[in-house]
Amino acid sequence: MTRLLPLIIFLIMVGFLAWGLQRDPSRIDSPLIDQAAPAFSLPVLGSDTTFTSADMLGKPWVLNVFASWCGPCIAEHPVLTDLAEQQNAPVVALNYKDRSADAVAWLARYGDPFYVVAEDQAGSVGIDWGVYGVPETFVIDAEGNVRYKHIGPLSDEDMKNTVMPLLQSLSSQELSSL
Amino acid sequence: MNLRSSWLINNPVTQTLIVKVGLVSLVSLVLMGGGTGFSQHAMAAGSKLVNFDTPAQEILYEELLEEYRCLKCQNQNLADSNAALAGDLRDEIRDQVQSGASRSEIDDYLVARYGDFVLYKPQLKASTLVLWFGPFLLLLISGWYALKIVKGHRELIAAPTTPTDDDSVAKARSLLNDQSDR
Repeated sequence: MTRLLPLIIFLIMVGFLAWGLQRDPSRIDSPLIDQAAPAFSLPVLGSDTTFTSADMLGKPWVLNVFASWCGPCIAEHPVLTDLAEQQNAPVVALNYKDRSADAVAWLARYGDPFYVVAEDQAGSVGIDWGVYGVPETFVIDAEGNVRYKHIGPLSDEDMKNTVMPLLQSLSSQELSSL
Repeated sequence: MNLRSSWLINNPVTQTLIVKVGLVSLVSLVLMGGGTGFSQHAMAAGSKLVNFDTPAQEILYEELLEEYRCLKCQNQNLADSNAALAGDLRDEIRDQVQSGASRSEIDDYLVARYGDFVLYKPQLKASTLVLWFGPFLLLLISGWYALKIVKGHRELIAAPTTPTDDDSVAKARSLLNDQSDR
């Protein structure tokens, strides 16, 4: 048994390396998963009103962090538009460290499928949500807990394999708890 | 290796040169490493001039900036990074230090938002026990295993190799007698 010890240790280390080398270090796990979504209150783009995240309680929703200066945001916009138009989950946009005029122009150009666009010009709400790049997308359940964070642009596969099933299970959970 | 290159290596002049270059590199590396200690008053990349109430706060601020990872440019700390997020976090940390927050409070603030990866020095908790103590454990196991091998070798060397039971002695004698008949 002890003769095999070096081999066993080596195999354990190979296991760890194999697991570690398959992970992308730029995708950092969010500590917010299954925690309460950080509450915030921000001005709405192009309006005098204020959006409060607590208003979204009672129904699963999606938060998409975007900016007019962000290239990949353009790539994921059709996917988000699909999500917003076809499904029941409202998609709230967080306009991150942007200028109002630029954001308005961007939305006019690419379309505005969002439930509401909240302006986080200082980026402080972004810090609370652990945003470190753009775009990022969060799925929040009806109780206000973050259930999923997607880093980078959303693709159709991500939508089909992860986000849609999650939203469906969250909606049916909400229905069954009525 | 041909004759010419082995002459080069074995030449005492070359050898002294290699040693001298090695020493100079080592010394300058050490000095550069120590040099970060001299940069207490160096400005963080792109930051505004910051005034603190006490020198202790200023020192804390400078130290903290070097201990947090910039998550955007992940190989830089907050002191060095020019990313917008790094600037925002520097401002946030500055505000917290000015209002009297302690190092552990600011650590917790950042870890709650960005996870353990934001700290260059991971906190000691259940999930990081393997990270902190794993190498020492591995060293102990390897050391124990090495000792076992060495002990085994020693026993092997110390053990008598000459067989002393009667059958073997008789056989040896008969073989020797056969030999001496030639």
